[in-house]
Amino acid sequence: MVSKDYSNVISKIDAVAEKIYEDFQNTEIPYLQLPTRTKSNIKFDEKFNVWKYGKNTTERTAKSLDGAYMLLRTMYMADFIKEMIKIKKSSTLREMYYISEGWDLAKFHSQQESNLLAEDLEVITSCMREDFKLRPEEDGARVMGNLTIEEMTRNNTKKKIHCQDDVGDAGYSIPYNVEPEKITFKSVDADFIIAIETGGMFDRLAENGFDTTHRAILVHLKGQPARSTRRFIKRLNEETNIPVLVFTDCDPWSFRIFASVAYGAIKTAHISEYLATPASQYLGVTPSDIENYDLPTDSLTKEDINALKSELTDPRFQDSYWKGEIKLQLKIGKKSEQQALAKYGLDYVTDTYLPEKLAEMGIIKK
Amino acid sequence: MNTFIITFSITAPGCKILPTKEGYILAKVTAYDLAKKQKEISVAEFFERNKHILGFGNQTRALITSVKEGVDNGLDACEEANILPDIYVEIKNREDGECKLIIEDNGPGVVKKQIPHIFGRLLYGSRFHAIRQSRGQQGIGISAVVLYGQLTTGKHAKITSKVEEDRPAVVTELAIDTNKNRAEVIARDTVHWAKPTGTRVEVSIIADYKRGKRFVYDYLQSTSIVNPHAQITYKEPDGAKHIFERTSEALPRKPAEIKPHPYGIELGTLIKLAKHTKSRKLSTFLKTEFSSMGDRTTNTAIDKANLEKNLDPKIMTREQFLALHKAFKKVKIMAPSTDCLSPIGETLIKRSLKYETQEISPEFIITSSRPPSVYSGNPFQVEVGLVYGGNLPREGAVRVMRFANRVPLLYQQGGCVTTSAISSIDWRRYGLDQTSGKGIPTGPAIFLTHISSTLIPYTSESKEAIADIPEIENEVKLAFRECARKVQHHIHKKVRRVKTREKFDLITRILPEIAKKSAYMLDKPVPSLDAVITKIMDVVWIEDLIEYVKVSRKPVQTTLIEESSQDHEGGTITKSKIMIVNYKCTPQKFNLYAVIPEDAIVGTAYPKPSKIANNYIKWNIGTIHPANKIDVNFELAGLEKGDFDENDLYIENINPAYVIGADKWEGD
Repeated sequence: MVSKDYSNVISKIDAVAEKIYEDFQNTEIPYLQLPTRTKSNIKFDEKFNVWKYGKNTTERTAKSLDGAYMLLRTMYMADFIKEMIKIKKSSTLREMYYISEGWDLAKFHSQQESNLLAEDLEVITSCMREDFKLRPEEDGARVMGNLTIEEMTRNNTKKKIHCQDDVGDAGYSIPYNVEPEKITFKSVDADFIIAIETGGMFDRLAENGFDTTHRAILVHLKGQPARSTRRFIKRLNEETNIPVLVFTDCDPWSFRIFASVAYGAIKTAHISEYLATPASQYLGVTPSDIENYDLPTDSLTKEDINALKSELTDPRFQDSYWKGEIKLQLKIGKKSEQQALAKYGLDYVTDTYLPEKLAEMGIIKK
Repeated sequence: MNTFIITFSITAPGCKILPTKEGYILAKVTAYDLAKKQKEISVAEFFERNKHILGFGNQTRALITSVKEGVDNGLDACEEANILPDIYVEIKNREDGECKLIIEDNGPGVVKKQIPHIFGRLLYGSRFHAIRQSRGQQGIGISAVVLYGQLTTGKHAKITSKVEEDRPAVVTELAIDTNKNRAEVIARDTVHWAKPTGTRVEVSIIADYKRGKRFVYDYLQSTSIVNPHAQITYKEPDGAKHIFERTSEALPRKPAEIKPHPYGIELGTLIKLAKHTKSRKLSTFLKTEFSSMGDRTTNTAIDKANLEKNLDPKIMTREQFLALHKAFKKVKIMAPSTDCLSPIGETLIKRSLKYETQEISPEFIITSSRPPSVYSGNPFQVEVGLVYGGNLPREGAVRVMRFANRVPLLYQQGGCVTTSAISSIDWRRYGLDQTSGKGIPTGPAIFLTHISSTLIPYTSESKEAIADIPEIENEVKLAFRECARKVQHHIHKKVRRVKTREKFDLITRILPEIAKKSAYMLDKPVPSLDAVITKIMDVVWIEDLIEYVKVSRKPVQTTLIEESSQDHEGGTITKSKIMIVNYKCTPQKFNLYAVIPEDAIVGTAYPKPSKIANNYIKWNIGTIHPANKIDVNFELAGLEKGDFDENDLYIENINPAYVIGADKWEGD
């Protein structure tokens, strides 16, 4: 592998330490400023067509005990990352959490805390987690379709993998690093990419040979998609110009999955331009589908209703399409799953539902 | 005895039952019949008829009343003779419901001749006439226990008494001749008794030990709390021994006898006093036999009553007395002097409560004492205490411990003025639960009320509840309010202390780490933190610490206070260390006050205080520059370990918002 140049990362990390150090020297109470990472502070970025953090900032200051702890942990994490770069190692987020056990006062109380701080550090330094040599725990999901990927293996050799011929029923597994130095797309012969929420539906489409019959690239999202999955979809879309369709359950949580693929997630809005695929379209299952296809349903729970209402004020869902669908769902009070389509038989989704929807969206001809 | 009662119940009023050869007939009762019955009623009958109000109403009450009379008797005897009381109580329980009660004291003993009078006659003694704070108001005395025992078990009481160290003790077996209200000495003997002096009473009574067990324990424990100078040992039938330790070596001040105050006197007493006075003129009579009667008030009272001041009180008519009695109420008379009372004192109440609640390990104990006050010419004083937290049950009503003249009141809580006073306070404001802000609150607390008075106004002869006197209710309320305020203050202080602790953590541990780490990452020297610390804190920070040092010699005294006690050989020195750090960015100077218990003696204090009052020490703290620190130390003698366990600090001549660890001084 061509070893990456980390000097830029190191100088960015050192800049954080310098900021704190200078605060001490200028007899200022040390603080760090970062964008507020909430729903209320995401703005649409015209340049990238994605949602990014707005102008609101939060201050982490040593004036309060919590703030001081946060600064101390930030310093320890920064130092740890520097050290990893120096000795050419990487660690998982979970490993870093355990390593923090030895950080005395700066140790974390939960991995949630350390994960959030790693994101904070990304935001502060405008680096990516990958620059910090931090890996997520979860791997990327699976891919199947007429696509050849060249992957740099552990042995530093390039290996070509065809995502139908060279893989088993489970498909090609997306690695955590999907940057060009790791994978490149060699040949692609497909009409669209279909990103699927559940493993069950991915397997249904694979078993029914949908990738072949409809010239599709199937990507499994595995629920809320990992960064690498989103980055993979983005690169594939931008490098090959094939449309992306998102196929999920019909509930507020699935709509958020779509939003994170298409617009950028709130938590990672600082790197939306790397992760989001603005060209993605939502295929279904839509609240309208519930009515049109007369799908089996469950009633919305209190949490579902609150999530839907919250989406009505989420800047990412402010177009008429989403407002209409969300209001419709609130009105019918029902939700449904992708796999509810099996009501009409195992082939119904590949023979009827998807072709109808794809035609409706102008992806394929009727 | 049972048949006797039934006979009464079937007899129609005004009729008697006459036995004839044919059987019983009902006949009209004649005056001659009545005359046969009209003899002096015996004490036994009096007792039998009044046993409810005398505290012998049932077998549980009888047990507690007996213990109470015995213990009171012992405590009184010891205090009278200036001896620190050592009371021993033992109960031996037999299967058939008979209990043998043994109560022993280390008092002066009773001379042989007096034993039959004190233990074998009801309503005997000098206490009835004196106006002063005494336990004796509580019951009818130890002889009632002897009588109860005799009536229920038929057994004689045994009194052992020793009056001089080198003489043997006298053992007297007593019975009461219930017709004559006289004691009968059944047997008399002398024995060797190891005690220097003392009295031991053994009485067999019918009592319900099983049900009374808890009450006896509670009673003795409570008694110990309000009599910190007494040690009480209690031995249960199964051999279990409880020792309620003495927590104070000082005998309470002897309550002084006072003359009656015109506002509180009853007409009958007024007439009786007049019959027995040596004064020959009404004006002299009023001035000598009453308190608070000067020339002017005496003349006004006599004028208002339309009487002559040269009138001989011995020949006054009932109407004249009535006029005088009425006139008293119309005249403004100064309240009686209140120095005749002998309250327990805040320090001692706190110490006692602390000792007795050790197992509960309460979060805090707070006491409050009102100045003496007066109702209807009777001086009284209220003291209250509050125990909070620890292992006390969170659910259920707060336990209220009521005391009057150092005697626990165990019954009729609902009808007591202290209960209504407590109930009328909205305790929700002070962190306790209370339905609709009225009634006894619920929560992990114990309330204590002690009322000292020359005349405790009981609701009834059973002397278990104090009557609804507005003045008393008001004082109890004020005392508890003050207590509650102190609780609030304490909680407030605790919360603030946690916060400042956090800040201190921040500046002493975390901030230096941040600095060190940033310096390390950049390979630069560690920056100075002082200025940043000052900016973060932006306060004058006061922290304190209390230590106790056992000393065997007399503590070193400075000459700051004249009456530095000479008799405090040994004991504990309470050392208070106060640290003041100026974390403001400008120099600060101010006055510091440390509140101290009134019964404490100030020893070494450094720096030199600018004033030592009896309840506080004041320092003029000179200029402290930013990031600089000053230590203030003082020592207190005359206190036990734990009596002073929290500094109460105040500041003056500085914006209170600048200071953490002390509040604004509101004046003495």
